[in-house]
This record gives sequence, C-alpha cells and structure tokens, in this order.
Amino acid sequence: MIAQHRRAFATGAREALGVPAAVLGAGFLGYGSLAADAGYPVWLTLAATFAIWALPGQLVLMEMQAGGAAVVATLLAVSLSAARFFPMTLTLMPLMRRGSTTRGLWQFLLVAQLVSMTTWAVAIRRFEDRDLEDLEARWQYFIGFSMVCIGAAAVCAVIGQLLIGALPPLARFGLALLTPLYFFVTLVGEARSKASIMALVCGAAVALLLHAAAPGWSLLGAGFIGGTAAFLLQRSHARRG
Amino acid sequence: MPAAADIGLMILACGLATWLWRGLGVLLSGRLNPQSAMFEWVSCVAYALVAGLIARIIVAPSGLLAQTALMDRLLACAVAFIAYRLARRNMFVGLVCGVGFFMAAGYVRSVIV
Repeated sequence: MIAQHRRAFATGAREALGVPAAVLGAGFLGYGSLAADAGYPVWLTLAATFAIWALPGQLVLMEMQAGGAAVVATLLAVSLSAARFFPMTLTLMPLMRRGSTTRGLWQFLLVAQLVSMTTWAVAIRRFEDRDLEDLEARWQYFIGFSMVCIGAAAVCAVIGQLLIGALPPLARFGLALLTPLYFFVTLVGEARSKASIMALVCGAAVALLLHAAAPGWSLLGAGFIGGTAAFLLQRSHARRG
Repeated sequence: MPAAADIGLMILACGLATWLWRGLGVLLSGRLNPQSAMFEWVSCVAYALVAGLIARIIVAPSGLLAQTALMDRLLACAVAFIAYRLARRNMFVGLVCGVGFFMAAGYVRSVIV
C-alpha cells in the first residue's frame, strides 16, 4: 500500500470517528438493550450486527421472532427492509470501480456488505472531493470509514446489552426507547419527497391495522400494501399536478 | 423465544437475504437507471415496511416497552422530533430530549399512581 492510500484509509477512519460513529452508536446502544430484553446472548447481538449490518432488518428479525412469525415471512420482511441497499450499491460501486483493473469483482461483492445508509451517504458526497479522485484512494477511504462505523456499532450494542441489567427501571425504559426514537426522527426528519412521506403514512397505517388481525404478517403487509399504495398515490398525484 | 442456535441460523439467513440486495447492486451497477419506476416502487415498499415496524414498536410494543404508557411513547416521539428540528437537525439533541422526556413522564406517573 503506498502512502497516499494509507492516508485515505486513515482519513476515512478519522472522519467516521465523529458524528457518524456517535449517531450510529446511539442506535446500536438501544439495539443492544432490546436484544437483552429479547433474550439474545451477547454473541448473537454481535453476529446480527456483523452479518446483517442494517439496524431496521435486525429489528424486524427480533420483533418477528419474538412474535413467533413464520420463518418465510420473517426472511421476506428482513430482505425487503434491506431493498434500499440495491439502489445504494448501484450508484456507489461505479465510483470505486469504473475502469479498475487491480481489483476483482469478488472484492467489490465483499465490500458491498459494508454499505449502509450512513456509509453510503458520506461516501457519495466525499467522492466528489479532490483528495478522493483516485479509485484506490476511494476504496481505502470507504473501508476505513466503514470499519470504524461497524466497530462503534458493535461496541455500543454490547454496552447497551450489558448496561440494561444494571440500570434502574426508568433508565431501562429510556434505553429501550432509544432505537425506535432514533428511527422515528430519522424517517420523519429525512422524508423529503412526496413518495417517501406517503410511504411512511401508509406503511404505519397498514401495520397497525393488520397488527390485530395477523401480527406475523403485519410488517410484510405494511411494506407491500402500504408501499404499493404510496407508489400509486404518488404516481396519480404527479400525473395530475 | 426460539433457541439461541435457531436464532443464529436465522441471523445468517437474514444476513444473506440482506446482502443479496447489496450484491445485486454491484452486479448491475452501471446498467440500470436508479431513477426508474421500479426503483421508486422498491424504495416505497422498503420505506413503508420500516415505517410499519417503528409504528408497531411505538404503538404496540412487546417486552420492556409494553410496561410503559402509550401516551408517553407518543409524546416522546413528538418531543424528540421538535427538539431535533429546533436544534437544526441535530440527532443528539432530539434523542436526549425525547428519552429525557420519556423518563421524566414515567417518573411522574410512578409518583402519582
């Protein structure tokens, strides 16, 4: 590794160590506490964080398993909650790969596992900067950045898991609310397009309506029925106006 | 609750199911238009599913949160969001205010009842 690339790796790691790691850490602190509540041992919390590396999917899995949902329904719901990664890698990978002859396809398939909302958003913006014009520098930067994010998430999840038993009840409730609250603020705060706002409202409504009738299928229903409704509403709205 | 080994297997399967989207993006990168209608639909479905998940955890939670009051959980969301906006989209301020409010409300309830 030449000095320039080592620097890019260090730059990525350093830039992750501020706000990105802290915000992710808060989400995973709450996840750890929920995992303890759901009866996960620490190794399962870590396994889920490394293997899935998508907090919504990890929560879907935990919720549906706790509710005794069917295996197929759970797998489908977790997978669908991760569908957002498809357009993310689709747009990010060409920026690290175009014309690259030094790295094989399998390396890009491996590094795709590191893509998350946070790492994607930062990388897409940073790759426009002068210091990251070089493909190899981008690759190193992305790995450095992602490693710190995953490390911070894993450490915080374990802290949350161990902390929850030692806290008084009030603080335990607060910790358990941290992750849902984090997602609530992220979703509502970041929903800018009409389609995403409609998807939020329709998804929440369908999940709550279905919850009483078929709890094991309510999340899938929220995704398919709510998402399709939002998509169609937004289309007809766009055509009219 | 299923046994730990079963959860572990499901975690691996879910990891693979999640990775599929990431891998597919790599394989098709440069060949598909991310602005197409199909993408819009996929992102609507993913958004709605996560919104449904959060709505369910907040309105009808299982486990620890089931012991707390629905009104407190809803108000905590409102407080967190308002604080987040007032602090110019600062996630920390939002989370601290929301969780702080939630614990204070729980304390007040325990004293009154």
